[in-house]
Amino acid sequence: MINFTQEAGFGLRRRKRAEARFQWAGRGAILISLAFLVIMFASIIGNGAGVIWQSQIAVTVDLSAEEIDPENIGDASFNSLVKKGLRDAFPEVEKRKEKKRLYGLVSTEAAFEVERQIQANPELLGGMQTLWVTASDDADLYISGQVDTDLPEVKRRVSDAEIAMLDKLLEEGLARETFNRGFFTNGDSREPEIAGILSSLMGSALTLLVCFALSFPLGIGAAIYLEEFAPKNRMSDLIEVNINNLAAVPSIVFGLLGLSIFLGYMGLPRSTPLVGGMVLALMTLPTIIIASRAALRSVPPSFKEAALALGATPVQAIFHHVLPVAMPGMLTGAIVGMAQALGETAPLLMIGMVAFIVDVPTSVLEPATALPVQIFLWADAPERAFTEKTAAAIIVLLTFLILMNLIAILLRRKLETRF
Amino acid sequence: MDQTLIQTPVADANFVGQPATPTPPEKVSEMEQSFIQARKANVFYGEKQALFDINLDIEEKRVTALIGPSGCGKSTFLRAINRMNDLIPICRFDGNLTIAGQEIYDPAVDVVALRAQVGMVFQKPNPFPKSIFENVAYGLKIHGMTSSKTEMADRVEWSLKSAGLWDEVHDRLDQPGNSLSGGQQQRLCIARTVAVAPKVILMDEPCSALDPIATAKVEDLIDSLRKDYTIVIVTHSMQQAARISQRTAFFHLGKLIEVGATKDVFTNPREEQTQNYITGRIG
Repeated sequence: MINFTQEAGFGLRRRKRAEARFQWAGRGAILISLAFLVIMFASIIGNGAGVIWQSQIAVTVDLSAEEIDPENIGDASFNSLVKKGLRDAFPEVEKRKEKKRLYGLVSTEAAFEVERQIQANPELLGGMQTLWVTASDDADLYISGQVDTDLPEVKRRVSDAEIAMLDKLLEEGLARETFNRGFFTNGDSREPEIAGILSSLMGSALTLLVCFALSFPLGIGAAIYLEEFAPKNRMSDLIEVNINNLAAVPSIVFGLLGLSIFLGYMGLPRSTPLVGGMVLALMTLPTIIIASRAALRSVPPSFKEAALALGATPVQAIFHHVLPVAMPGMLTGAIVGMAQALGETAPLLMIGMVAFIVDVPTSVLEPATALPVQIFLWADAPERAFTEKTAAAIIVLLTFLILMNLIAILLRRKLETRF
Repeated sequence: MDQTLIQTPVADANFVGQPATPTPPEKVSEMEQSFIQARKANVFYGEKQALFDINLDIEEKRVTALIGPSGCGKSTFLRAINRMNDLIPICRFDGNLTIAGQEIYDPAVDVVALRAQVGMVFQKPNPFPKSIFENVAYGLKIHGMTSSKTEMADRVEWSLKSAGLWDEVHDRLDQPGNSLSGGQQQRLCIARTVAVAPKVILMDEPCSALDPIATAKVEDLIDSLRKDYTIVIVTHSMQQAARISQRTAFFHLGKLIEVGATKDVFTNPREEQTQNYITGRIG
């Protein structure tokens, strides 16, 4: 009688148990890593989502000709106009200290905002006007409900007096939350309520542009030469080993190299995307070379042989037949390298891209900062409201990373030739 | 001047510099002189010697089959004729190999010019991952052989007709070459080779990846190409060698054992080793 079941012996029960154990261990590992990912994203999104909304306070300002000369708008003192408007709204506030608190409800940027609104729309002039201005970071915390009023006053960022004033504004409809356009259109600022991400985003974009323009052609050229032309001898072995080692060098070392060579020796302007891009290009070069060589190696040699047998020169054979097939793999490698560069902070600190940049850079020769450096700066800032900005900046950075990887996948799909 | 009309084959094939202009080869009477001549040809892979003192004459406009068991050096010899062995860094050639009287291992010989005139068809069909038209036009393009689009189209059509593929693909020239069947792909590769008007076509087991029907078509094609080209074919199938070749060379362990008219080699071999191989006792 033949037995084909587990009872047939051969140590089957024990072998099956080992099988199941391993599979469950694998599922457990995936579950744990997924849980960490979920926790990370939940915490970042939970912290950063508030950035979408921004609090505004309505101030009624006197824009009559006595206060503002219509011919000469810039000469007016908008700061005192805003303060006067606030005093008029709260006539009961008299003490100097309380007045200071009252003025602190709106951002220090409020006066400029009023001026900008008038410049954009001069018809506002000639009478009392109610204008919306940005609330201060602490007022914003209260309006968006992030202040725990159960805590004793000394442990709160917002005092009882301020809460009373804000409650009154909210009741009268003079405080509201709107979409925070400023976060995406402003540069950095000392004031969290008007600090935006555009300057660092542009800085990152320019830096990556320089990085890509340098490392992609160089990396692909080096890979083609090493893979297809270089004689296989001790020298090329040495180069190969060193490229692999370079890929593992800590990025801060490349930063120091950039500091001493690009800034110190070559005298290029510090803090600029040009130098940042050059340093990051050094860092991504090995990644691109390694990925490109792997892509070249995966092309069936028969294409090259066929072209050579037809009388193509080696360069023609490679550029006409090997490169098009290897291109998707090369591009993927390049984009992975770029994604790495986008998230890199340490080398940028070394070459001075850690500066406080308010203006949005428009060329690679202007001082700039990059997204991860901006995150570092905001995380380091003392104001409570910057935690929200930090998380939001991380979301922006992650979004761009995901987008880049998505582009890599789509490019791969589109360009891949079947053979 | 068409090289095939010259009586003395000295220095007529122009391997140095530009390839000859593409004129469809004309019919001429067969010549007695051997077109490809190997004298004391030795090939080494590093320390290992793969071919030993090969003396072989290959006649013009004939099909010469190289047969022998695996590893006997027949493919190595084939690839020595268009210097594809140069691609292997450790491979070294020693001796003389002339085509139409010209030493092809001469330093003055440009390997690109040589390969433009000594075409090759590989074991596995390897069309480029491009359209059928592009596959055939590629050689014409890189050699600048046609001056206008219509001329190129004509030449592509002529090549596909020569390869017996035109009727099957004329309405889908823009489709990828690898959308064809295996046999069609191999004929496309032959069309690609024929397009640049080579003097010699080398074939490295061209039918080993094909089914019997596709094989028959390729064999018919080889037979029809014989009148215009000198063909050297490596094959594992002795029936194929007997069917399509006029001359057969038998290799064994890197040595040329016997060469002669195919009929004689298969029916009345001079050497015992040949006898053993064709009757299936070795190999």
